[in-house]
Amino acid sequence: MADDIATADPSTTPTEELDQLVIRFAGDSGDGMQLAGNRFTDASALFGNDLATLPSFPAEIRAPAGTLPGVSSFQVQIADFDILTAGDAPDCLVAMNPAALMKNFKDLRQGGTLIVNTDAFDERNLAKAGYDSNPLEDDSLIGYRVIQAPMDELTKEAVKDTGVSGRNVLRSKNFFALGLMAWLFHRPTEPTIEWVEKKFAKKPEVAAANKAAFQAGYTFGVATEATKNTFAVKPAALEEGTYTNVNGNTALAWGLIAASQKANLPLFYGTYPITPASDVLHELSRHKNFGVRTFQAEDEIAGVGSAIGAAFAGNLAVTGSSGPGIALKSEGISLCFMLELPMIVINVQRGGPSTGLPTKPEQSDLLFSLYGRHGEAPLPVLAIASPSDAFEMAIEAARLAIKYMTPVMLLSDNQIANGSEPWLLPNVDEIPPIEVRFATKANGPDGTFLPYMRNIDTFARPWAVPGTPGLEHRIGGLEKESISGNVSYDPNNHQLMTDTRAWKVANIANDIPDVEVDGDEDGDAEILVLGWGSTFGTIRAAARRARMDGKKVATAHLRHLNPLPNNLGDVLRSYDKILIPEMNTGQLLKVIRAEFLIDAAGLNKVAGEPFKVTEINEKIMEMV
Amino acid sequence: MTAPSYTRADFQTDQEVRWCPGCGDYTILASVQMFLASLGRPREEFVFISGIGCAARFPYYVETYGMHSIHGRAPAIATGLATARPDLSVWVITGDGDALSIGGNHLIHALRRNVNLKIIMFNNQIYGLTKGQYSPTSEVGKATKSSPFGSVDFPFNPVSLALGADATFVARTLDMDRNHTQEMLQKAYEHEGSAFIEVYQNCNVFNDKAFIQLTGKEERVHNRIDLVHGKPIVFDEGSKAVVLRGGEAEVVDSSSVDPKAILVHDETRPDPSVAFTLSRLSHGPYGPTPVGVFRNVKRDAYDIAVNAQVEAAKEKLGPGDINNLIRSHGTWTVGPASPNGSSNGKSGGSDSPDQS
Repeated sequence: MADDIATADPSTTPTEELDQLVIRFAGDSGDGMQLAGNRFTDASALFGNDLATLPSFPAEIRAPAGTLPGVSSFQVQIADFDILTAGDAPDCLVAMNPAALMKNFKDLRQGGTLIVNTDAFDERNLAKAGYDSNPLEDDSLIGYRVIQAPMDELTKEAVKDTGVSGRNVLRSKNFFALGLMAWLFHRPTEPTIEWVEKKFAKKPEVAAANKAAFQAGYTFGVATEATKNTFAVKPAALEEGTYTNVNGNTALAWGLIAASQKANLPLFYGTYPITPASDVLHELSRHKNFGVRTFQAEDEIAGVGSAIGAAFAGNLAVTGSSGPGIALKSEGISLCFMLELPMIVINVQRGGPSTGLPTKPEQSDLLFSLYGRHGEAPLPVLAIASPSDAFEMAIEAARLAIKYMTPVMLLSDNQIANGSEPWLLPNVDEIPPIEVRFATKANGPDGTFLPYMRNIDTFARPWAVPGTPGLEHRIGGLEKESISGNVSYDPNNHQLMTDTRAWKVANIANDIPDVEVDGDEDGDAEILVLGWGSTFGTIRAAARRARMDGKKVATAHLRHLNPLPNNLGDVLRSYDKILIPEMNTGQLLKVIRAEFLIDAAGLNKVAGEPFKVTEINEKIMEMV
Repeated sequence: MTAPSYTRADFQTDQEVRWCPGCGDYTILASVQMFLASLGRPREEFVFISGIGCAARFPYYVETYGMHSIHGRAPAIATGLATARPDLSVWVITGDGDALSIGGNHLIHALRRNVNLKIIMFNNQIYGLTKGQYSPTSEVGKATKSSPFGSVDFPFNPVSLALGADATFVARTLDMDRNHTQEMLQKAYEHEGSAFIEVYQNCNVFNDKAFIQLTGKEERVHNRIDLVHGKPIVFDEGSKAVVLRGGEAEVVDSSSVDPKAILVHDETRPDPSVAFTLSRLSHGPYGPTPVGVFRNVKRDAYDIAVNAQVEAAKEKLGPGDINNLIRSHGTWTVGPASPNGSSNGKSGGSDSPDQS
């Protein structure tokens, strides 16, 4: 089958070479747009392009068909150079129905290519989308290349001999669209065919239908010469090595498994389903042969509770959620801080407060992560910068948690979680081990065990796990006497313990890398753009664009948000202007001002979508 | 290795016990310590997890591993511990407010999962540590600090609740009766899976004599119904008996029924209905009230099942190789072999044991 397509000759249509291309698939939630986007992405990744993706889907699983709230989309940028974002404006938009067109057309680049499923443009669907007249028949699409394909009819025709029937027939139309896109953008077809054969191995009729629809879409392009030219984007000259295309939730799950191997501790993940963190649970639950135990708890509180139990037991304990779930875990996190047991708390942030925008990215839990606990309970807080960075940051979180015997907050967000990018694969064997020293013998006079006798360098207390003879001891939420760990209400002791716990965490600043400045080799940049989390790529791209316009712009990105890198103050003070773009109303900005008395400027957006490169670039240009 | 030989003193800590003088908790603590010593199992293999409340101070006084955690969450913490370490003997110490009010959700889910936990709930029908508010087991009409005109809350029947949550082991005992308490502890210990023991515990400060009908010298003979496996259920010196009528347990005069009609207690009965109707003979310690094991049945324990899945996965797929895992979604190589930086094909994928 793959060969049939490969030999279908697209060469009668001329090809235009591009260095980059932004494509968006948009349709009803049930149209399979995420799947189509992911297949297009994987084919491009295997072809060797650099890329970045941005899925966007409604919170409803199946909003009413044909309506605006039901529109789901998937954007990918592919390029022959190292790109940093999924792109601002699509060059090509696939609209499977009028609602998808209505919702996405405004983003399409002027003069871009539009592919529509004409069968969906009937009166009913047009009305649902809010069109007074059919945009395919009036003047609204003038100036765009429009490819009109009756996808329902052609898909029905293509799959008629494959054995699928009823509702399954039209479920293959995303593969028709994908086939047409494969022709239009010279994507290799083998990866898609192979994927279909493997994915639907147990449903051969579905595999056959999807392949037939894919081929029909491809052939439609060839036969109708649907546009005056096709487009090609060459492979990118990326750093040498082996790559895979990975999203943030998957990389995070793999990073946790790697950390458990590096620490030689079983991994325990206690959690409760919540968007957009659940995929971490899904991925981990598949890998029990790595000794992973996943616990789908009765609620968020039990999720963190079970992790605390597993930490006491001597596992690498992790709990994960999104904002509302983290709020429920707050009491448990404070207990873990008081117990001084290692635990990783993952927060895949989404739009808030409350249920907010469950499927949209936001960075609005930074202050909550830093300060959202009762009592004096400072935690190490780390933030992942991009999908593949999740792997490394999971290992870093485990390292700090174990070394300093503390819960660590690890921030991700919906853009990182579901976005994907090529990842230059590390050799995990070369990643340094995480040292674990369980207490095995008494550390006090007369063979007694003192659970709060601290390590002189890290101030971490010993980790003595149940089952160890002679080290029986009790821990708890009540204030402990220094060294002995006995319950103590002594005023001076509480002061000492509060100060000690805070100092222990603050001291981690000496064990994390300095913040690095990018784009200021000559040391004469006028402005530093400081970011954290998923804005990483967008900030870099915006600064790069400004430099191409002759502006002197530096960037820096924080992965450690508590404690902050030791050199951060000096770095910030060496620039006249500091800009902090954030998907919140100015939370890191507040921290930087409070910590360093620096009058940084904020660029803030809480619109349920990431910054566009243009938005940050414009702010930079305005400031320099 | 020979089993260690312990006395009660080996399970006492150096911490001063700080319950009110005369509190029923002292007796329960003594019963538990004596029971632990009797087992001859290394004491480092025991973990006591508690929540918040008077009862929750318990772990500080037992020379094993222990954690005094947060209100209501002990079963969740213990579930993580037991799942991570099925080799340990994990005990939860809780009270009626801790287990049935703020922690009700964790209790019922631990019981339905059948996690290998021994949950001892001290039921004194009052909030003691916060100084005397009504609890979810206080009787309707109870006048307390927070219900000066009498509580209008209908109380839980903890044994009924546990049975409703499909608990595999459910028992009730009395703080005063050390022998009976230790017998229940022994049976709970031998049970594989969750065991729930309700202990009627006297709070002599805020709710004194709440259980007098079962503990008072005069009263107890008339009201205490001992459930003994395989024995007809009779009490009050044989003058009273329990029969089933229309599926419901009922107290009758022994002389009024054919002895064969008296219900023979079977704690292993798979269906919980009879155990449930026995639990409905009283709604609180008022009038004839059963004590003993209501239910003791086998069902796969959660922690054992979880670990069996892990072992089965290792057996089938081999120990995981992380380098294979991160290459399992298809890869491409950029390098000297492909000077244009183009793909030279896929690797990983179906070769990897980590692929679904």
